[in-house]
Amino acid sequence: MKHVATALVLTMLLTCAAHAAESPTLKAVQARGELICGANGQLAGFGMPDPQGNWTGLDVDFCRAIAAAIFNDPTKVKFVPLIAANRFTALQSGEVDVLARNTTWTMSRNTTLGIDFAAVNFYDGQGFMVHKKLKVSSALELNGAAVCVQQGTTTELNLADYFRSHSMSLKTVTFATVDEAIKAYDSGRCDAYTTDSSALYSERLQLSHPNDNIVLPEIISKEPLSPSVRQGDDVWENVVRWTHDAMLDAEELGVTKGNVDAQLKSPNPEIRRLLGVEGQFGQSLGLSNDWAYRIIKYIGNYGESFERNVGQGSPLKIARGLNALWTKGGLQYGLPVR
Amino acid sequence: MIGVAKPFPRNARKAGSFALQAALVIVVVGLLYGAFINAADNLAHANIASGFRFWNNTAGFDISQTLIAYSSSSSTFGRAFWVGLLNTLLVAGIGIVLATVLGFTIGIARLSRNWLVVRLAGGYVELIRNIPLLLQLLFWYNAVLKALPELRHSVMLPGGGFLNNRGLFLPQPEFKPGFGAVLIAFFVALAAALLLHVWARRRRERTGAQSHTHWWTLGLICGLPLAVLALAGFPLSFGFPQMGHFNVVGGIEVLPEFAALLLALSVYTAAFIAEVVRAGILAVAPGQTEAAQALGLRAGATLRLIVVPQAMRVIVPPLTSQYLNLIKNSSLAVAIGYPDLVQVFAGSVLNITGQAVEVIAITMAVYLTISLVTSLLMNFYGRLSAIVER
Repeated sequence: MKHVATALVLTMLLTCAAHAAESPTLKAVQARGELICGANGQLAGFGMPDPQGNWTGLDVDFCRAIAAAIFNDPTKVKFVPLIAANRFTALQSGEVDVLARNTTWTMSRNTTLGIDFAAVNFYDGQGFMVHKKLKVSSALELNGAAVCVQQGTTTELNLADYFRSHSMSLKTVTFATVDEAIKAYDSGRCDAYTTDSSALYSERLQLSHPNDNIVLPEIISKEPLSPSVRQGDDVWENVVRWTHDAMLDAEELGVTKGNVDAQLKSPNPEIRRLLGVEGQFGQSLGLSNDWAYRIIKYIGNYGESFERNVGQGSPLKIARGLNALWTKGGLQYGLPVR
Repeated sequence: MIGVAKPFPRNARKAGSFALQAALVIVVVGLLYGAFINAADNLAHANIASGFRFWNNTAGFDISQTLIAYSSSSSTFGRAFWVGLLNTLLVAGIGIVLATVLGFTIGIARLSRNWLVVRLAGGYVELIRNIPLLLQLLFWYNAVLKALPELRHSVMLPGGGFLNNRGLFLPQPEFKPGFGAVLIAFFVALAAALLLHVWARRRRERTGAQSHTHWWTLGLICGLPLAVLALAGFPLSFGFPQMGHFNVVGGIEVLPEFAALLLALSVYTAAFIAEVVRAGILAVAPGQTEAAQALGLRAGATLRLIVVPQAMRVIVPPLTSQYLNLIKNSSLAVAIGYPDLVQVFAGSVLNITGQAVEVIAITMAVYLTISLVTSLLMNFYGRLSAIVER
């Protein structure tokens, strides 16, 4: 028995050592033939299956982009719907390969949960939605209000902070899922509902009378939403990070889903490197050199994905704002492929 | 293997079985230790924080129902744990009392001679125990309590309370100095009632005379404290709930989440308790009832003095199981946002600290402890109600 155990431990150690230079996650994904992506499942614009069961959203596109880069096929993704309360456990335990579920990048999550955030794919902030009939026009008028909130979120903590720092009293009603929280707000259990403002726009549309509710102007926190991976697999983290940067670079360089084939003949060296016409950038990720071409061919650049899912091409109509490219006054800054 | 084997020497057999048990204990402890080391090792490798240092860190989140002082800015995760635990004990404790009263009533009603009562009680049991508890919980919360009027159209209760979809708001008693005397009077009355009971029993055992002490007992326990309250000049006032801008302010607040969970747990468990009670009563030999009737006891007295005491012996063990079920089922609170131990500790605290192994281990240990203590108390009570054999 003891010998068997020793042998097992040794085998595991050796296996780890042998693949230290490669990515165990990428290898597992390739062997499996599909990427397993932790997604929201309840948030229109970010991650939700439509009535036909097709997943759509900004985070969904992100996972599809990774699948396109690996398999040359954006459909090779299995989406696992996760609630806020179990998302990190799912990532830590290896149930999902990547967590793309509108998750705020914070220091404690990074340093104590054993996860690494790859790249901010949406700069968000927390806001409030209230029933119009309360005639409230600012979050500062919410003293004594009952607020519905989802559990296990930064939102839950920011809410307490905000009311405390403005010396206002608060009645928090905490629910495990977004659906329960929003249903409680809709039925009048709470005066206000709070979450990331992008989600407020999305969830307002699911209320029984969307126009009887308004989103207040205050943004009370910084919520950099970022996909994350387990620590200890740096090559896999690179794949996830550069997927985002490739989509940003494509937008900056004017490479779109429609013109990507024509752009293969572009003389611009930046475009040639991005699309794999020059250099061995894909190989260094453990992928093929046309990895970014595949992403843009199937998903499009960041701007296209944004507009389609949450922007003007969607019911949410969220403005680019902080999520515009750095060249247009926003914060999205694609790192150079070189 | 039936045959006359040479009997094993007694001492050697004892030593052998001791060695076997000792080896088993060592193996089990070793396995547990191995699992512990393995978990700690894996967590360290995955860069996931471990240990119990989080216990004294500031929680930072709010809880909607707190029986002890708690504030998001200064209270710790440890404090949040106690808040959650007390909320669990509150709903389980009141739930057990309600389920017992309702369950005994329905169980006895099923054995009634009245056709309608029997059918109603039977219908209750069959309807309630065949629908999943979670669905019943969602029914009470979403269909019944959320259908209550909004804040602006609250139902005004006589005596200064409000009822709306935010909960039930009742006047809160505020005790002034001098109220201690009333408490003392209450305990004196309680002691006197107990003495009266003992005296009445002794008298019955000596002379056989029945004395009706219930009215005296009731009069003592209610009358004496009330008399002292009047003498002390009513050192008691009520804080009435007020309609605030957003919410009802002040008074005692009964959350709709609490009410829904309490209703669902009591109603559901009562159906099972009713069957346990019915089975227990049917287990008492009919000859006992006939003998009681032959002695001239009326139906009520027969039930109270002959049937129920004997039925309790059969009822207590399965009743304990139902109590344990109720306690554990209270963790369904998570589905409707009642801040019980699981919702607060295994929910918010787990998510904020990310220390799943520790938090879940503590939570399991707590439920185990509550359940074992409940079993212990019920076993003790079961021994009291056992037949005294001479």
